Amino acid sequence: MEKTPLYDTHLKFNAKMVSFHDYVMPLQYDTIINEHHAVRKHAGLFDISHMGRFEISGDRAFPFIQHLITNDAARLADKQVLYTPICNEQGGIIDDVLVYKWHAKRFMLVVNCGNTGKDLLWLQKQATDYQPLEIRDLTGSLSLVAIQGPESVRMSEAVFNTKFDALKRFFFDEYPWDGAQIIVSRTGYTGEDGFEIFVDAKQVVKLWDILLEMNAPDGLRPVGLGARDTLRLEAGLLLYGNDMDETITPIETTIDWTVKFDKDHFIGKESLLRERAKGIERRMIGFEMIDRGIPRHGYPVLKDNLTTGKVTSGSFSPSTNKNIGLCLVQSQYAGIAEEMKVRIRDGDYKARTVKTPFYKRELK
Amino acid sequence: MNMPNELLYAKTHEWVKKVNPKEVIMGITDFAQQQLKDIVFVELPAVGKELKAGAPCAVVESVKAAYDIYAPVSGKVVKVNQKIQEKPQLVNEDPYGEGWFLQMEISNPNELGSLLNPDQYRVAVESEH
Repeated sequence: MEKTPLYDTHLKFNAKMVSFHDYVMPLQYDTIINEHHAVRKHAGLFDISHMGRFEISGDRAFPFIQHLITNDAARLADKQVLYTPICNEQGGIIDDVLVYKWHAKRFMLVVNCGNTGKDLLWLQKQATDYQPLEIRDLTGSLSLVAIQGPESVRMSEAVFNTKFDALKRFFFDEYPWDGAQIIVSRTGYTGEDGFEIFVDAKQVVKLWDILLEMNAPDGLRPVGLGARDTLRLEAGLLLYGNDMDETITPIETTIDWTVKFDKDHFIGKESLLRERAKGIERRMIGFEMIDRGIPRHGYPVLKDNLTTGKVTSGSFSPSTNKNIGLCLVQSQYAGIAEEMKVRIRDGDYKARTVKTPFYKRELK
Repeated sequence: MNMPNELLYAKTHEWVKKVNPKEVIMGITDFAQQQLKDIVFVELPAVGKELKAGAPCAVVESVKAAYDIYAPVSGKVVKVNQKIQEKPQLVNEDPYGEGWFLQMEISNPNELGSLLNPDQYRVAVESEH
């Protein structure tokens, strides 16, 4: 099992640790509900060093990225971030990633923990036509933490002694800290404002400790993978392995907007065009339970006693106090306000499709 | 960890309280609720249902997952605690009081003899750690 450099720190905070793909990670330090509310009200600190990080550089790095992703990197300014799936030739989702553009010859990818090995092989395979191209795995050397919540910006400004007004949503920049450069990205996976911070693995414990030391009195607290999941689901954000895999295409999901068919070329384009022309047979939609019961990944979805699809993610939602989920169902049942049923153990319980996100932060 | 002296315990972390010679009340232990952390859903059997010792009789769900709760003894459900269906956090707050699960008429009083006393249950919990 792999450990992040913050492993001992998590134990010090009495985290309940769980194995997550190849890593031992904190599931929760307190209750998931308390951690969830802390992020919505104040701010939470997450160790996300388990996620994979690759640097891609070379003269043809830009066309390589364009070949790889379904979204359009031509829309990116320098130091801007793009969310995108990577698809196989059949249009199935290999992974969903963030693309960081330093400039046309240098990019960084942040990928899902469980896909790091698979992605690296895929990248290397696709790179043959784009040489010379260097793909460096930064996962071990560069750590990643996230600070998320309405007070996260002010809390970060206090620690880094910098104003982040100029750093807009989905942009990143370098800042000096502790004799080195850190990368601060205004991104996240919670539906709140906040940052993801890349810092040398040797300095991450120090950064974690200082962030908490200065801000714990104002409500900053460590948050584990449990609340990370309820926060992302409320924000309508998908989870690889639950809501996406290689048998699901992006145009069937709520991230259909990340497929840019006006691009000349990308892997999977022909298959996705065929799927779209033929008519998309199933679609992802959010739902909330009307009856009591908590939907979970894999539970059948029914209409008039016939199975129409399945739940891909489901949970109790602390911010709305409802039981919510995402499901992949036959397209004719994927409209808004459709009544459906979810089979929970041996009973069928009423639910209704709704627009996502389930929770939206108030914009200041 | 709270383990009231007057109760009997199952290895699967349920408690049993005799209320009269024929009937018992059951719930889950303080240890169980601490392990589950925030309980957000409880599913109870229908009144009248026959339960078999050691078989699943209820479901509790934390934010993260669903867990089976087992009948500590065999018998028929005579009453269930509606309050924990409306307010599942009662199981966290008061597992031996307001967080009780159900009352049952036992069919085989001998089964009570195979349950654990508080000291035995404490040993069982500690060996699980």
